[in-house]
Amino acid sequence: MHFDVVMLSRIQFAFVVSFHIIFPSFTIGLAAWLATIEGMRFITGNPIYRRVFDFWLRVFALCFGMGVVTGIVMAFQFGTNWSVLSERTGPIQGPLLGYEAFTAFLLEATFFGVMLVGRNRVSPGFYLFACCMVSLGTMFSSFWILCNNSWMQAPLGHSVVDGRFIPDNWWAIVTGPVVRVRWPHMLFAAFCTTAMCVAATGAWYRLKDQWAAEADVMLHWGLGLLAVLVPMQLAIGHLTGDYVHRYQPAKFAAIEARWETQKPASEVLIGWPDEKTQTNLYALSIPKLGSYIASGNWDARETGLDAFPPADRPPVLLPFLTFRVMVGAGLLMLAVGWLGVLLALLGRLAKSRWFLWTTFLSFPTGFVAVICGWVTAEVGRQPWVVYGLLRTSEAVTPSLTGSEVVFSLLAYIVVYAVVYSFGALYILKLLRGGIEGPGEVLLSSMGGLTR
Amino acid sequence: MTAAEPSALALFWVGVIFLSLLVYVVLDGFDLGVGILSTTVRDPELRDEMMGAIAPFWDGNETWLVVVGASLFAAFPAVYAVFLGAFYLPVLLLLFGLIFRGVAFAFRGHGGPERLWDWGFGIGSIVVAFVQGAAVGAIIGGVHVENHQYVGGAFEWLRPLPVTCGLGLVVGDALLGACWLVLKSDGSLRDWAYRRLNLLAGVTAALLAVAGVGALIELTAAGAPGAGRQWAIVFPIICWLALLGVMRGARIRNDATPFKMAVLFMISAFLTLPAIMWPYLIPYRLTVADAASPDASLSFLFWGAGLVALPIVGVYTGLVYWTFRGKLKRAYAH
Repeated sequence: MHFDVVMLSRIQFAFVVSFHIIFPSFTIGLAAWLATIEGMRFITGNPIYRRVFDFWLRVFALCFGMGVVTGIVMAFQFGTNWSVLSERTGPIQGPLLGYEAFTAFLLEATFFGVMLVGRNRVSPGFYLFACCMVSLGTMFSSFWILCNNSWMQAPLGHSVVDGRFIPDNWWAIVTGPVVRVRWPHMLFAAFCTTAMCVAATGAWYRLKDQWAAEADVMLHWGLGLLAVLVPMQLAIGHLTGDYVHRYQPAKFAAIEARWETQKPASEVLIGWPDEKTQTNLYALSIPKLGSYIASGNWDARETGLDAFPPADRPPVLLPFLTFRVMVGAGLLMLAVGWLGVLLALLGRLAKSRWFLWTTFLSFPTGFVAVICGWVTAEVGRQPWVVYGLLRTSEAVTPSLTGSEVVFSLLAYIVVYAVVYSFGALYILKLLRGGIEGPGEVLLSSMGGLTR
Repeated sequence: MTAAEPSALALFWVGVIFLSLLVYVVLDGFDLGVGILSTTVRDPELRDEMMGAIAPFWDGNETWLVVVGASLFAAFPAVYAVFLGAFYLPVLLLLFGLIFRGVAFAFRGHGGPERLWDWGFGIGSIVVAFVQGAAVGAIIGGVHVENHQYVGGAFEWLRPLPVTCGLGLVVGDALLGACWLVLKSDGSLRDWAYRRLNLLAGVTAALLAVAGVGALIELTAAGAPGAGRQWAIVFPIICWLALLGVMRGARIRNDATPFKMAVLFMISAFLTLPAIMWPYLIPYRLTVADAASPDASLSFLFWGAGLVALPIVGVYTGLVYWTFRGKLKRAYAH
């Protein structure tokens, strides 16, 4: 690997985006979860829902703050490190990100304050409305981001004039076939991640024999949601695979570690792709299955990496591995969800300590799946930043020097390490504090108002 | 160099950007200023009260920076690319300042090393204000651009004029923050703020004079069109008069006067910039017409964001300020 400005900038982007995505994938789900649980409280009037809501609201407030500041960093990365990309694709990416700022930020900023301090100042109906608006805001936000990213993955609806990408058909850009599958894939990823965390927290409190009633609400809802959402996510994931197969054949070949075009193609289940020898070490593969997974019949011809000139091939090892980890994490969450529902139906959920431990220890599974999914998508599209049209190596800021990027990368690592260790510590403190955790903490997050 | 006239849409968006920037400079100016001042306070109760005086507003104020950034990227991507490329290291500092300010509000009260997040908020505010001032100072003399990309060095922003402007904005924001505290508080905090107005106004006036001379030298050397616009001197003169107004407000102890005068100061200081730069967005390489996105992009953004979302941001901002009008009491939290 050659550590030039391009590679360093890519590492920097990967670093800041990986940190960032942890928060939206949690807050999109948490906002929806809070709206759901507040809706249940509104309908049933059950005070347990109120207690569960207040508990998760505190966690949401902390994560939301960290998500916003890391998100601002992402927007600036385009200009600081990828200024050629910004200049050439700005006419398309600019308005898409602009709409995110104008529509999503607006909803979130307006109603987040109501959610935090408005409980006793507005009617219950309006409070529920505010929760729904915050949730809608987070979903809008992810929509515009996925629009933008999907356009870079499979560009359409534009023409190129003097190297600049000029929009011709906004409708196609905003509702393209790729957006239609990738946005739900991201939304469901966030929902599953949050459901897993909610269930794991419930399991933890059950294991500690604390707050049993609230723990059961979290367990039942979390596991129930997992049982329903994960199968749907697997189906959407399959559709995402179809788009890659059709629009990004080199990425598809890399994910499958298919070095040569095959007819019929075998499926490498596990193995270690070796870029030097262009073979898979320790591979376990099944004949013909590759054709079936990719094209739906048993002897379809499947494109291999040899169909592309070496300069146009993505790295293979990383997409191959991260894709498999993502799918494995999804299957694990499915198993937890279905088993949990089964145990609950048998009335043995609270007594099965082994299962509570499994659920508790599975809490990071969703995050792992989300990060691996992004790595698959982003590394797999290399060497292109705008697929097939603009190379990553040509998109970097021309005036940038290696020492500037090294310095900024180290600075990001230090700052994020400080800020996010404390963030994690405070979230852990809130979780440990449990349902009856200090209520004032929430208000003091609005500044020294409550002293 | 082209002499093309900017389209109506390009003019609309440049208007939105300048107006949002002006709103940002005034609004975030006072809460950055309170953050800057908070580093000089020892009494924790006074500091909590200071934070309380900006708590309902600061997040919304910062939204205007997002509006500026998003509009700039969408409507003038070349400016976005050149500006962020040219100010790589200062932008990094700006982001770290914003991160620490942002999480400091969320983390305060959750514990941790004593005063860690207070310092995070204060130093973050100083860094943000300095970098913003320095960026303004750095573009006055012109920016090295070829083919819509920055081609200069990494430290061109660290010259005497940018540093003066950076210090100027730190002190100017602190002045605005002190005036805000006079307006929104009473008792010991108001007295504390009153006692600092004269000094802050005096230092601001002095830095303004130094920066003014420096800017004139650089403008003339760069052969900028602004150097020939003698009427532009009106704005610095209004600045000095406004600073005198602040001092007078402090003497007669009328709580509203200093803030009004400080806002007038900020507005006229800001208007100096378009007065000497127009029609350039990146001096003296890219004009509004050169840098504008194609009309297909500008109109897409215009119908949704410009016509619908932007007015709502304005209404929302107004509503928040109206809700929390008058002197802030600690009781507002409950």
